[in-house]
Amino acid sequence: MQWEPVIGLEIHAQLSTRSKIFSGAPTAYGAEPNTQACLIDLGFPGVLPVLNEEAVRLAVRFGLAIGATVSRRSIFARKNYFYPDLPKGYQISQYEEPVVVGGALEIHPEGGASKRVGITRAHLEEDAGKSLHEDFQGMTGIDLNRAGTPLLEIVSEPDLRSAREAVAYMKALHVLVRYLRICDGNMQEGSFRCDANVSVRPLGEARFGTRTEIKNLNSFRFVERAVQFEIERQIEVLESGGEVVQETRLYDPDRDETRPMRTKEEANDYRYFPDPDLLPLVIPEAMVESERASLPELPEARKARFVGEYGLKEADAMQLAFDRDTADYFEAVAATCGDARLAANWVNGELAAGLNREGLDIACSPVSPERLGGLLRRVADGTISGKIAKQVFERMWTDGEEADAIIEREGLRQITDTGALEALVESVIAANPKQVEQYRAGKTKLLGFFVGQVMKATQGKADPGLVNRLLKERLEA
Amino acid sequence: MSAANAPLHRRSIAELREALAEGRVSAVELVEHFLDRIQRLDRRLNALITVTGEQALTQAREADARRARGQARPLEGIPILHKDIFCTEGVRTSCGSRMLDNFVAPYDAAVVSRLREAGAIMLGKTNMDEFAMGSSNETSWYGPVRNPWDLERVPGGSSGGSAAAVAARLAPAATGTDTGGSIRQPAALCGVTGIKPTYGRVSRWGMIAFASSLDQAGPMAPSAQDCALLLQAMAGFDERDSTAMDEPVPDYAAALERPPDRLRIGLPREWFGDGLDAGVAQVVEAALGVLTELGAELREVSLPSLKLSVPAYYVVAPAEASSNLARYDGVRFGYRCREPRDLHDLYVRTRSEGFGAEVKRRILIGTYALSAGYYEAYYRKAQQIRRLIREDFLRVFAEVDLLAGPTSPTPAFRLGERTRDPVAMYLSDVNTIAVNLAGLPGMSVPAGFSQELPVGLQLVGRDFDEGRLLAVAHRFQQATDWHRRTPSHFD
Repeated sequence: MQWEPVIGLEIHAQLSTRSKIFSGAPTAYGAEPNTQACLIDLGFPGVLPVLNEEAVRLAVRFGLAIGATVSRRSIFARKNYFYPDLPKGYQISQYEEPVVVGGALEIHPEGGASKRVGITRAHLEEDAGKSLHEDFQGMTGIDLNRAGTPLLEIVSEPDLRSAREAVAYMKALHVLVRYLRICDGNMQEGSFRCDANVSVRPLGEARFGTRTEIKNLNSFRFVERAVQFEIERQIEVLESGGEVVQETRLYDPDRDETRPMRTKEEANDYRYFPDPDLLPLVIPEAMVESERASLPELPEARKARFVGEYGLKEADAMQLAFDRDTADYFEAVAATCGDARLAANWVNGELAAGLNREGLDIACSPVSPERLGGLLRRVADGTISGKIAKQVFERMWTDGEEADAIIEREGLRQITDTGALEALVESVIAANPKQVEQYRAGKTKLLGFFVGQVMKATQGKADPGLVNRLLKERLEA
Repeated sequence: MSAANAPLHRRSIAELREALAEGRVSAVELVEHFLDRIQRLDRRLNALITVTGEQALTQAREADARRARGQARPLEGIPILHKDIFCTEGVRTSCGSRMLDNFVAPYDAAVVSRLREAGAIMLGKTNMDEFAMGSSNETSWYGPVRNPWDLERVPGGSSGGSAAAVAARLAPAATGTDTGGSIRQPAALCGVTGIKPTYGRVSRWGMIAFASSLDQAGPMAPSAQDCALLLQAMAGFDERDSTAMDEPVPDYAAALERPPDRLRIGLPREWFGDGLDAGVAQVVEAALGVLTELGAELREVSLPSLKLSVPAYYVVAPAEASSNLARYDGVRFGYRCREPRDLHDLYVRTRSEGFGAEVKRRILIGTYALSAGYYEAYYRKAQQIRRLIREDFLRVFAEVDLLAGPTSPTPAFRLGERTRDPVAMYLSDVNTIAVNLAGLPGMSVPAGFSQELPVGLQLVGRDFDEGRLLAVAHRFQQATDWHRRTPSHFD
């Protein structure tokens, strides 16, 4: 039988606010345990939550970016369960009336067709703290620094049909939240993590199969592997006549498998109810409008424009457009040098390699887009060759100098003077009579040898096109 | 006896303010006087959990110095008590529970800091039903409070310690909280005046939550005038409480002196039906007669949804409580069981040992009411009833300016009388609960005695109409002296 996997993802994106969602404590990562938790985060008797307006603003921005409905009125609810890293014994979340409803996201699965994936909802909630099981003999340590950090939980429709699509969706969302500057997307620090709901059904069947939920996947690779494993496991269970049990599972990356965590019967009854400490969240029209007005050009639209306006190849455009800083950098380079394709090649090539080598973010590039543009302008107008440009770029990278200054000082201008080159061509031909004979006998591949000799004599500064032409004329005369 | 030579504990806050202002008494003398009364008399009442004598004396010396510098604030040097539900920095805040017996709050509740900033001096913290769950003060981990009018009877609850202390004049005033009647019912049973303001009038910051959508703090004192002076300091917007209303606070003392305009008083039929003690009915009738003489028009009104208020309340309040009390898990503060074997054992034993029977009962009821499959039938239904009740009140308030009736259907009952029958206990609040469900302001005013036990008259007003309630109570108190009576052993 042919099976069709059905996958939906719930992604938790930590919102980039300075303070927590219901308290004034800072959200910075990596502080000493329990130093960034105030009485509200600690759930002390008598404390009350007050909603952080910035978190709402970021949720609104996300809603607008995916074409969703931003609810003018939404409700915070309490999700009740006991766990030591959940100080109040409940998590403040949204349940029946979330802030963002509907919307969709374009995905580009590797080697597959692009598609639109529906988004059911996105809601605001607070994160829990962390339980540290390793460092304490026979005990568990609790770090509540993360407690109260704002999260946007983004729930997709069950529109994904393979592990590859699942990971493509996660990547597209990762691109988007960083683009919108609502989440730093740092997966090692847990700023962007995922739960996957997976089921399979016979191809053509309309009803869904029984699903399992895989919790806390914090890398693209783990999502792909875990979902793939789970699909195969479920098919195996069904094909051997068994039934899939509705349960929560954990992915073990060391053994590359999912394992049951708790079954439906053991599942918590969260006893959701509206939080009486918080009034309904009413979003003013003005906030929605100001977010709409300041919404950046989104990655998909920007990619399309790069293809249409600059004539870039799809793959190059995507590589540039899907990171906002890279896209901004590229456009600045293109504007300065006047040759977008040249700019694209350099940003995706030399610059990317350099940044990668030194582990730098493009925003911290030692060569500014204006300076790179200045260098490429000299390539575009024929002042220097591409090869020389790479040397100049190296100097710019380490010394921070401008391209023109380096070119002038080092005398790197391309030799385009026909007279000067003709003399060199003459002397090269005179010095290599044997090769001239062979060339004229039909071994035209030797042209490269002659070009190389001329270039060597000019330390690479000769205009290679011109050298080519002059040599050909002289040899074939 | 004129105010000038009456003993300090028989004077109103206004009289004490005057004496302080004229230098006839110092804050230190005042604090010493009441600390002495607490020390001598509270053994019989058990109204206080914690006495903060040294702190109070230090503060009193500062108050006198401040006054000498001409910087006296509105309540400068006036001693008060706080219900032990309000967090007080550096002072144990037990909420009447073993769970918080060792809890020293690291911050002050809004009510506490506001009153301190107005110059009031805290003498100590009053006994209360555990987590404010009770109507008799018998659920306290610190033992029951006794009613100063009859030591074999309860003072009411949950602010029973505050009511008893004020009735016995252990302090000129005290704070209380009211979730279903916890200020008004004990005020009635102890013969003092108490007001539960409109929901959102007073900040809940630092007030340990029982049922967040119903809890509201208010003052308890001998007279409406005293209450007005305290409420003035307590009321007002607080950005730390999202449910606090940004509504200007009127000058309550000035409202007392405003000449009465036409006053239409509604008498809800439902408050005068079955279960109303005959003696209480008589006292209330007489009090209404006084109001008529003062020019009020009385008319019978009906609030048909009122009969659903007790069942609705006993779904909503426990549901919220079950969630609010989840934080008492032995992990970060408060009681922790000895040598827990594992996490489950820590939770189970901490909560089994730390909470008393009534608190556990309500947590169970609330957990059940919110459970999957029951939510619709209980919690959502109760919220719908709540809206109906509020609509009933609003409809009636189109015709009348306030409502009046008995605060409690009976006078103070005997200790132990209702402890074995939770439903009988819950019915003690049958007349007060609906007011919390509707979020309206309500107060209880001493109206007379039935078999030597105090009876309270309940007044209920429109949203933010505390000024009118206080003014009507004040005029009633100018025409009567019930609020001046004190129990004989506590003269």
